[in-house]
Amino acid sequence: MIKLEGGFVKNLGKVYSIYTLGFLGFVILMAILEWSGVSNTMIGWLFVAFTVLIYALIGVLSRTMDTGQYYVAGREVPAVYNGMATAADWMSGASFIAMAGGIYLKGYPYMAFLVGWTGGYVLVASLIAPYLRKFGCYTVPDFIGTRYGGNLARFCAVFILVIASFTYVTAQINGTGTVASRALQIPFEVGVWIGLSGILFCSMLGGMRAVTWTQVAQYIVLIVAYLIPVFWMSNKLGYGLIPHLAQFDAVARVQELEAALGVKQLMPTAEAQAAAGKLSSLKVGINDASSSAMAKWKFFTLVLCMMAGTASLPHVIMRYFTTSSVKAARQSVGFSLLFICLLYLTAPALATFTKLSLLDPNVATSIIGKSIASVNNLEWIQQWSNVGFLKVIDGNNDGILQINEFFMRGDIVVLATPEMAGLPYVISGLVAAGGLAAAMSTADGLLLAIANALSHDLYYKIIDPKANTKTRLIVARILLLIIGIAGAFVASLKLTSILGAVAWAFCFANSGLFFPLILGVWWKRANRAGAIAGMIGGFGSGALYLYMVQFAGMEPWIGIDGLRFGMIGMPVSLILMVVVSLMTEEPDKATQDMVDQIRVAKGKPLLDNEH
Amino acid sequence: MGGNTMSNKYDGHWKRTKSLTTITLVIWAFFGFAVHWFGDLLNSSSFPGAYYMAGQGSQIAFALLVFWFASRQNKIDEEFGFQEDEEK
Repeated sequence: MIKLEGGFVKNLGKVYSIYTLGFLGFVILMAILEWSGVSNTMIGWLFVAFTVLIYALIGVLSRTMDTGQYYVAGREVPAVYNGMATAADWMSGASFIAMAGGIYLKGYPYMAFLVGWTGGYVLVASLIAPYLRKFGCYTVPDFIGTRYGGNLARFCAVFILVIASFTYVTAQINGTGTVASRALQIPFEVGVWIGLSGILFCSMLGGMRAVTWTQVAQYIVLIVAYLIPVFWMSNKLGYGLIPHLAQFDAVARVQELEAALGVKQLMPTAEAQAAAGKLSSLKVGINDASSSAMAKWKFFTLVLCMMAGTASLPHVIMRYFTTSSVKAARQSVGFSLLFICLLYLTAPALATFTKLSLLDPNVATSIIGKSIASVNNLEWIQQWSNVGFLKVIDGNNDGILQINEFFMRGDIVVLATPEMAGLPYVISGLVAAGGLAAAMSTADGLLLAIANALSHDLYYKIIDPKANTKTRLIVARILLLIIGIAGAFVASLKLTSILGAVAWAFCFANSGLFFPLILGVWWKRANRAGAIAGMIGGFGSGALYLYMVQFAGMEPWIGIDGLRFGMIGMPVSLILMVVVSLMTEEPDKATQDMVDQIRVAKGKPLLDNEH
Repeated sequence: MGGNTMSNKYDGHWKRTKSLTTITLVIWAFFGFAVHWFGDLLNSSSFPGAYYMAGQGSQIAFALLVFWFASRQNKIDEEFGFQEDEEK
């Protein structure tokens, strides 16, 4: 091992520079292996094995039996590195695998996710994170339980956290299964369990400390894997060196092509759509900002739900408990957003360039307007239709592929782009490693959030307050294992799509936790009865509405569908919390003083390390 | 807390914090909601304005806003002597 004077945290720059160079060296080595004739499957295996082994190694090296280290990484993570870890924690399979494909298939309305998932951090920075850091809690229910007092408030918060995070984590384990099965050519179910064992290795021994340092490593892999193909395509298609600047000419060209090819006019025939099942053809343009009030309202509500969800998802908020100070927590939110934007600013460019390479007849890789027979002969078309990701159906039997005859799953835009654009296989291996890193890092954070809430809040604070440190940490690890296995089991049933499950998780979180968290800091008058009413009423009404719309066949009210049910849960939560608080007694003096203290950065945290 | 100077200082700090937070949220609402409500008007034949604001403009605005907020809040804390002790 390299000798580190002054310990690991003082040498982060050095450690991660060496790591990044090592990873780039590994990519070059894989390129040489491919060139010298090593098979694609072998390269896929090497990419996955190498990266997962590194993460597991970091996990083992960070093992700890100290509660402060286990729950909040010793509160010594510098703002920049916490920003990277948060970015990896945040960007899941949905961001890495599904986002660009969503923009490709669903066009401008889908970009509400980009706005919502970045703008939410303004709320995190200004309303929540610094105050909860000052508070000194280990988990989000820890704040709710202490601020409002009583086991019932704590239990409600634990319950909502578990439902929201578990919904989210099954989607991530599903993502690891998808990527692993594609890259390693193994059955999806086996891929799920391989992904899970990697995830558990990272988090079981070292808790938050291990997850933090693994997530930094995973961020580096995923951002390299996301950026390289886009830069490559932008240059290959001749639009310019930097895709972020070059994409606007490409958008103009795509809009021309979409009009010419009949996007929005040509819909698939009923039989073709039935044969394609859940796969979808292109129906909305890349820049179709509609002038209808309904379209605007749907954009607005999706942005709002995703923003409020960002500010209430415990696995994100708890990352800011690991910084060394309140000031560092605030800055760290800025760095998180910066690192997230590196990927989010690239996603629309990726969608646009992919569209161009499939639609533009002047580009060699284009398929629309070509004969069905020649398209079916392409290697990537065959491979991805074999695994059910795309389908070519000649609806009007003219032997030519039209825009409404090409059906696909959105995920393919990221995963298959290297093959569509004719890049070497080493790039596909890199993208697979990146997708795996994105899904694993988020699953790590989510599993930890659930296990910590159950071990700290449910077991230690509610069931057995006399438990000693060792027992608590052992309980935390056993719970982590059980929840991980349960998550993998549910994921292997493939109940929902990745994106559907993610949007639900956001709405569960904002329906139940958004107002109790914010008003806990910003409204001294908020009391226990109000918070409990807000949590139960908000979460309950949101969940009921979701059930009615999604499973009981109810017609959504004014466009509020299953992705946006926070629009029902949040107002109910706010109204109940305010009304019930005002109808009951105001909180005691000690609680009000506590709120005063979390509003200033100076002074000791309200909860100490042994709480 | 009695009517001493500590309490005045505390109230002054909280008042400034609240107004900074309000300004931050107004800018946030502008880039998060107002701009996109008029997305269709931003598009012209020469530039895809709606695509730009959702795919790039708002995101950059949010990132700058968070850094600006953090530095302003730190200044307020220092002005009132409420910044944390530098020990680590």
